[in-house]
Amino acid sequence: MEKVFSRTEGLLDKPMHYCPGCTHGIIHRLIAEAMCELDILEETIGVSPVGCTYNNYEYFACDMVQASHGRAPAVGTGIKRVHPERMVFTYQGDGDLAAIGTAEIVHAAARGEKISTFFVNNAIYGMTSGQMAPTTLIGQKTTTSPFGRDPQVQGYPINVSEMIATLEGAVYVERVSVSSFKDIKNAAKAIRKAFRVQQAGLGFSMVEILSTCPTNWGIDPVGAIEWLEENMKKKYPLGVFRGKDLEV
Amino acid sequence: MAKVEFREERCKGCGLCVAVCPKKIISLKTTVLNSKGYHPAGVEEMDKCIGCTMCATICPDNVIEVWK
Repeated sequence: MEKVFSRTEGLLDKPMHYCPGCTHGIIHRLIAEAMCELDILEETIGVSPVGCTYNNYEYFACDMVQASHGRAPAVGTGIKRVHPERMVFTYQGDGDLAAIGTAEIVHAAARGEKISTFFVNNAIYGMTSGQMAPTTLIGQKTTTSPFGRDPQVQGYPINVSEMIATLEGAVYVERVSVSSFKDIKNAAKAIRKAFRVQQAGLGFSMVEILSTCPTNWGIDPVGAIEWLEENMKKKYPLGVFRGKDLEV
Repeated sequence: MAKVEFREERCKGCGLCVAVCPKKIISLKTTVLNSKGYHPAGVEEMDKCIGCTMCATICPDNVIEVWK
Protein backbone atom coordinates (compact mmCIF):
# COMPACT_ATOMS: atom_id res chain seq x y z
CA MET A 1 0.00 0.00 0.00
CA GLU A 2 1.13 3.50 -0.78
CA LYS A 3 0.75 6.41 1.60
CA VAL A 4 -1.76 8.77 0.01
CA PHE A 5 -2.18 11.26 2.85
CA SER A 6 0.63 12.12 5.22
CA ARG A 7 1.21 14.93 7.66
CA THR A 8 2.86 17.96 6.11
CA GLU A 9 6.40 19.02 6.96
CA GLY A 10 5.20 22.61 6.86
CA LEU A 11 3.70 22.22 10.32
CA LEU A 12 5.63 21.36 13.44
CA ASP A 13 4.43 18.20 15.12
CA LYS A 14 2.68 19.86 18.06
CA PRO A 15 -0.87 19.53 19.33
CA MET A 16 -2.85 22.67 18.42
CA HIS A 17 -4.68 24.56 21.14
CA TYR A 18 -7.83 25.19 19.10
CA CYS A 19 -11.26 23.98 20.23
CA PRO A 20 -12.57 20.65 18.85
CA GLY A 21 -13.84 21.10 15.30
CA CYS A 22 -12.31 24.55 14.83
CA THR A 23 -11.31 24.87 11.18
CA HIS A 24 -8.17 26.92 11.90
CA GLY A 25 -6.32 23.59 11.97
CA ILE A 26 -7.39 22.81 8.40
CA ILE A 27 -6.36 26.28 7.20
CA HIS A 28 -2.95 25.97 8.90
CA ARG A 29 -2.41 22.68 7.12
CA LEU A 30 -3.41 24.10 3.72
CA ILE A 31 -0.96 27.00 4.05
CA ALA A 32 1.78 24.62 5.23
CA GLU A 33 1.11 22.22 2.35
CA ALA A 34 1.19 25.09 -0.15
CA MET A 35 4.59 26.22 1.18
CA CYS A 36 5.94 22.68 0.84
CA GLU A 37 4.54 22.20 -2.66
CA LEU A 38 6.03 25.48 -3.87
CA ASP A 39 9.25 24.69 -1.99
CA ILE A 40 9.25 28.05 -0.20
CA LEU A 41 9.20 26.85 3.41
CA GLU A 42 12.79 28.00 4.01
CA GLU A 43 12.27 31.44 2.54
CA THR A 44 8.84 32.31 3.98
CA ILE A 45 8.18 34.63 6.90
CA GLY A 46 4.66 34.52 8.29
CA VAL A 47 3.05 37.16 10.48
CA SER A 48 0.77 35.97 13.30
CA PRO A 49 -2.16 38.13 14.35
CA VAL A 50 -3.94 38.73 17.62
CA GLY A 51 -6.89 36.44 18.14
CA CYS A 52 -7.26 32.69 18.57
CA THR A 53 -4.27 32.19 16.28
CA TYR A 54 -2.00 34.60 18.16
CA ASN A 55 0.54 31.83 18.75
CA ASN A 56 0.40 30.03 15.42
CA TYR A 57 4.14 30.75 15.22
CA GLU A 58 4.30 27.64 17.42
CA TYR A 59 2.84 25.52 14.62
CA PHE A 60 4.24 26.69 11.28
CA ALA A 61 7.66 25.32 10.34
CA CYS A 62 8.63 28.56 8.56
CA ASP A 63 9.93 31.72 10.22
CA MET A 64 7.21 33.67 12.01
CA VAL A 65 6.75 37.10 13.60
CA GLN A 66 3.88 38.13 15.83
CA ALA A 67 2.32 41.53 15.23
CA SER A 68 0.23 43.88 17.35
CA HIS A 69 -3.51 43.65 16.93
CA GLY A 70 -4.46 44.33 13.31
CA ARG A 71 -0.98 45.43 12.31
CA ALA A 72 0.12 42.25 10.53
CA PRO A 73 -0.05 43.85 7.04
CA ALA A 74 2.12 46.75 8.26
CA VAL A 75 4.66 44.37 9.80
CA GLY A 76 4.50 42.23 6.64
CA THR A 77 5.13 45.34 4.54
CA GLY A 78 8.26 46.10 6.53
CA ILE A 79 9.60 42.57 6.24
CA LYS A 80 8.93 42.38 2.51
CA ARG A 81 10.53 45.76 1.78
CA VAL A 82 13.65 44.89 3.74
CA HIS A 83 13.81 41.34 2.41
CA PRO A 84 12.16 41.45 -1.04
CA GLU A 85 13.50 37.99 -1.83
CA ARG A 86 11.51 36.45 1.02
CA MET A 87 7.91 35.27 0.80
CA VAL A 88 5.69 37.00 3.36
CA PHE A 89 2.20 36.06 4.45
CA THR A 90 -0.12 37.36 7.16
CA TYR A 91 -2.64 35.14 8.89
CA GLN A 92 -5.52 37.20 10.29
CA GLY A 93 -8.98 36.69 11.68
CA ASP A 94 -12.00 38.94 11.25
CA GLY A 95 -11.47 40.72 14.55
CA ASP A 96 -7.89 41.45 13.60
CA LEU A 97 -8.30 42.30 9.92
CA ALA A 98 -11.86 43.64 9.63
CA ALA A 99 -12.08 45.61 12.89
CA ILE A 100 -8.97 47.06 14.51
CA GLY A 101 -6.79 46.43 11.44
CA THR A 102 -9.04 47.76 8.70
CA ALA A 103 -6.77 50.70 7.92
CA GLU A 104 -3.69 48.50 7.67
CA ILE A 105 -5.22 45.97 5.32
CA VAL A 106 -6.87 48.57 3.08
CA HIS A 107 -3.67 50.57 2.68
CA ALA A 108 -1.42 47.53 2.29
CA ALA A 109 -3.72 46.43 -0.55
CA ALA A 110 -3.91 49.94 -2.01
CA ARG A 111 -0.12 50.22 -2.01
CA GLY A 112 0.04 46.86 -3.76
CA GLU A 113 2.42 45.41 -1.19
CA LYS A 114 3.79 42.15 -2.51
CA ILE A 115 2.54 40.07 0.41
CA SER A 116 -0.20 37.43 0.75
CA THR A 117 -2.92 37.72 3.36
CA PHE A 118 -4.97 34.78 4.57
CA PHE A 119 -8.10 36.20 6.14
CA VAL A 120 -10.10 33.77 8.26
CA ASN A 121 -13.73 34.87 8.58
CA ASN A 122 -15.80 33.06 11.21
CA ALA A 123 -18.30 35.88 11.80
CA ILE A 124 -17.50 36.22 15.50
CA TYR A 125 -14.75 37.11 17.98
CA GLY A 126 -13.48 33.72 19.07
CA MET A 127 -10.61 34.42 21.44
CA THR A 128 -12.48 36.93 23.59
CA SER A 129 -15.45 34.55 23.93
CA GLY A 130 -17.94 35.30 21.24
CA GLN A 131 -18.62 39.02 20.88
CA MET A 132 -20.05 40.49 17.69
CA ALA A 133 -17.52 40.99 14.89
CA PRO A 134 -17.79 43.35 11.88
CA THR A 135 -18.54 40.20 9.88
CA THR A 136 -21.31 38.92 12.18
CA LEU A 137 -24.44 38.22 10.12
CA ILE A 138 -27.71 40.13 10.50
CA GLY A 139 -29.76 38.33 13.13
CA GLN A 140 -26.81 36.34 14.45
CA LYS A 141 -26.75 36.07 18.24
CA THR A 142 -23.50 36.84 20.01
CA THR A 143 -22.71 37.89 23.57
CA THR A 144 -22.85 41.56 22.51
CA SER A 145 -25.87 41.12 20.22
CA PRO A 146 -27.90 38.75 22.41
CA PHE A 147 -31.13 39.35 20.45
CA GLY A 148 -29.41 38.99 17.09
CA ARG A 149 -27.48 41.63 15.14
CA ASP A 150 -29.84 44.50 14.37
CA PRO A 151 -28.58 46.75 11.54
CA GLN A 152 -30.35 49.74 13.09
CA VAL A 153 -28.23 49.35 16.21
CA GLN A 154 -25.06 47.53 15.16
CA GLY A 155 -24.88 48.29 11.46
CA TYR A 156 -24.25 45.91 8.60
CA PRO A 157 -21.63 43.21 8.11
CA ILE A 158 -18.62 44.00 5.90
CA ASN A 159 -17.81 41.98 2.79
CA VAL A 160 -14.06 42.42 3.03
CA SER A 161 -13.08 40.62 -0.17
CA GLU A 162 -15.44 42.71 -2.30
CA MET A 163 -14.11 45.87 -0.63
CA ILE A 164 -10.43 44.99 -1.11
CA ALA A 165 -11.12 43.94 -4.71
CA THR A 166 -11.98 47.55 -5.59
CA LEU A 167 -8.36 48.58 -4.95
CA GLU A 168 -5.94 48.64 -7.86
CA GLY A 169 -3.01 47.34 -5.84
CA ALA A 170 -4.86 44.13 -5.03
CA VAL A 171 -4.20 41.81 -7.94
CA TYR A 172 -5.76 38.62 -6.61
CA VAL A 173 -8.67 38.37 -4.17
CA GLU A 174 -10.69 35.19 -3.70
CA ARG A 175 -13.14 33.92 -1.11
CA VAL A 176 -13.10 30.20 -0.33
CA SER A 177 -14.44 27.93 2.40
CA VAL A 178 -13.25 24.86 4.29
CA SER A 179 -16.67 23.38 4.96
CA SER A 180 -16.51 20.41 2.60
CA PHE A 181 -13.94 18.21 0.85
CA LYS A 182 -14.45 20.05 -2.44
CA ASP A 183 -14.25 23.47 -0.78
CA ILE A 184 -11.03 22.48 1.02
CA LYS A 185 -9.47 21.44 -2.31
CA ASN A 186 -10.48 24.78 -3.83
CA ALA A 187 -9.12 26.63 -0.81
CA ALA A 188 -5.78 24.83 -1.25
CA LYS A 189 -5.65 25.99 -4.88
CA ALA A 190 -6.44 29.58 -3.91
CA ILE A 191 -3.72 29.64 -1.25
CA ARG A 192 -1.15 28.29 -3.73
CA LYS A 193 -2.24 30.91 -6.25
CA ALA A 194 -1.85 33.71 -3.70
CA PHE A 195 1.74 32.61 -3.05
CA ARG A 196 2.44 32.35 -6.80
CA VAL A 197 1.12 35.88 -7.35
CA GLN A 198 3.60 37.04 -4.74
CA GLN A 199 6.42 34.99 -6.29
CA ALA A 200 5.69 36.66 -9.62
CA GLY A 201 5.89 40.06 -7.89
CA LEU A 202 2.50 41.13 -9.20
CA GLY A 203 1.15 42.82 -6.07
CA PHE A 204 -1.11 42.20 -3.11
CA SER A 205 -2.98 38.91 -2.86
CA MET A 206 -5.65 37.94 -0.35
CA VAL A 207 -7.65 34.78 0.25
CA GLU A 208 -10.65 35.05 2.54
CA ILE A 209 -11.50 31.71 4.11
CA LEU A 210 -14.94 31.08 5.63
CA SER A 211 -14.42 29.23 8.87
CA THR A 212 -16.44 27.88 11.79
CA CYS A 213 -16.39 28.68 15.50
CA PRO A 214 -18.41 25.86 17.08
CA THR A 215 -17.66 26.95 20.65
CA ASN A 216 -18.84 30.56 20.35
CA TRP A 217 -21.59 29.86 17.85
CA GLY A 218 -22.92 27.38 20.41
CA ILE A 219 -23.28 24.63 17.82
CA ASP A 220 -21.54 21.24 17.65
CA PRO A 221 -18.72 21.01 15.04
CA VAL A 222 -20.76 19.16 12.40
CA GLY A 223 -23.75 21.48 12.93
CA ALA A 224 -21.38 24.47 12.63
CA ILE A 225 -20.29 23.28 9.18
CA GLU A 226 -23.97 23.13 8.17
CA TRP A 227 -24.61 26.59 9.64
CA LEU A 228 -21.72 27.98 7.58
CA GLU A 229 -23.07 26.35 4.42
CA GLU A 230 -26.61 27.64 4.99
CA ASN A 231 -25.97 31.12 6.34
CA MET A 232 -22.45 32.39 5.75
CA LYS A 233 -22.23 31.40 2.10
CA LYS A 234 -25.38 33.45 1.35
CA LYS A 235 -23.90 36.65 2.73
CA TYR A 236 -20.34 35.82 1.71
CA PRO A 237 -20.51 34.10 -1.70
CA LEU A 238 -17.44 32.16 -2.78
CA GLY A 239 -15.55 33.27 -5.83
CA VAL A 240 -12.72 35.27 -7.34
CA PHE A 241 -13.25 39.00 -6.92
CA ARG A 242 -10.06 40.15 -8.58
CA GLY A 243 -7.57 38.39 -10.81
CA LYS A 244 -9.96 35.90 -12.37
CA ASP A 245 -7.98 35.64 -15.57
CA LEU A 246 -4.62 35.87 -13.86
CA GLU A 247 -2.22 33.20 -15.14
CA VAL A 248 0.51 32.43 -12.64
CA MET B 1 -7.25 -2.39 -0.09
CA ALA B 2 -6.88 0.81 1.92
CA LYS B 3 -6.37 1.79 5.51
CA VAL B 4 -6.47 4.84 7.75
CA GLU B 5 -4.48 5.37 10.90
CA PHE B 6 -5.67 7.61 13.73
CA ARG B 7 -3.28 9.21 16.17
CA GLU B 8 -5.76 8.93 19.02
CA GLU B 9 -3.84 11.10 21.46
CA ARG B 10 -4.25 14.12 19.14
CA CYS B 11 -7.96 13.55 18.43
CA LYS B 12 -10.43 16.01 19.98
CA GLY B 13 -13.50 13.97 19.08
CA CYS B 14 -15.03 16.73 16.94
CA GLY B 15 -16.64 14.18 14.63
CA LEU B 16 -15.98 16.00 11.34
CA CYS B 17 -14.40 12.82 9.94
CA VAL B 18 -17.39 10.78 11.10
CA ALA B 19 -19.73 13.08 9.17
CA VAL B 20 -17.64 13.25 5.99
CA CYS B 21 -16.80 9.54 5.55
CA PRO B 22 -18.68 8.31 2.43
CA LYS B 23 -18.64 4.71 3.72
CA LYS B 24 -19.82 5.70 7.20
CA ILE B 25 -17.25 3.46 8.89
CA ILE B 26 -15.76 6.06 11.25
CA SER B 27 -17.20 6.47 14.74
CA LEU B 28 -16.16 7.97 18.05
CA LYS B 29 -14.96 5.29 20.44
CA THR B 30 -17.29 5.96 23.35
CA THR B 31 -15.52 3.42 25.57
CA VAL B 32 -12.09 5.03 25.11
CA LEU B 33 -10.78 8.32 26.51
CA ASN B 34 -7.47 9.86 25.49
CA SER B 35 -5.37 11.81 28.00
CA LYS B 36 -7.14 15.07 27.06
CA GLY B 37 -10.47 13.45 27.93
CA TYR B 38 -11.90 13.13 24.42
CA HIS B 39 -13.45 10.06 22.80
CA PRO B 40 -11.15 9.55 19.82
CA ALA B 41 -12.41 8.63 16.35
CA GLY B 42 -11.60 5.26 14.85
CA VAL B 43 -12.59 2.66 12.25
CA GLU B 44 -13.79 -0.82 13.10
CA GLU B 45 -14.44 -2.27 9.65
CA MET B 46 -11.19 -1.27 7.98
CA ASP B 47 -11.80 -3.59 5.00
CA LYS B 48 -14.57 -1.21 3.89
CA CYS B 49 -12.17 1.77 3.68
CA ILE B 50 -11.65 3.03 0.12
CA GLY B 51 -8.75 5.38 0.91
CA CYS B 52 -10.56 8.48 -0.37
CA THR B 53 -8.68 10.76 2.13
CA MET B 54 -11.82 12.77 2.91
CA CYS B 55 -11.47 12.17 6.67
CA ALA B 56 -7.81 13.21 6.71
CA THR B 57 -8.55 16.27 4.58
CA ILE B 58 -11.22 17.62 6.92
CA CYS B 59 -9.41 16.70 10.18
CA PRO B 60 -8.32 19.96 11.85
CA ASP B 61 -5.79 18.27 14.13
CA ASN B 62 -3.63 16.20 11.78
CA VAL B 63 -4.80 12.98 13.39
CA ILE B 64 -5.28 10.86 10.29
CA GLU B 65 -2.95 9.31 7.73
CA VAL B 66 -4.17 7.26 4.79
CA TRP B 67 -2.73 4.37 2.78
CA LYS B 68 -4.12 2.92 -0.43
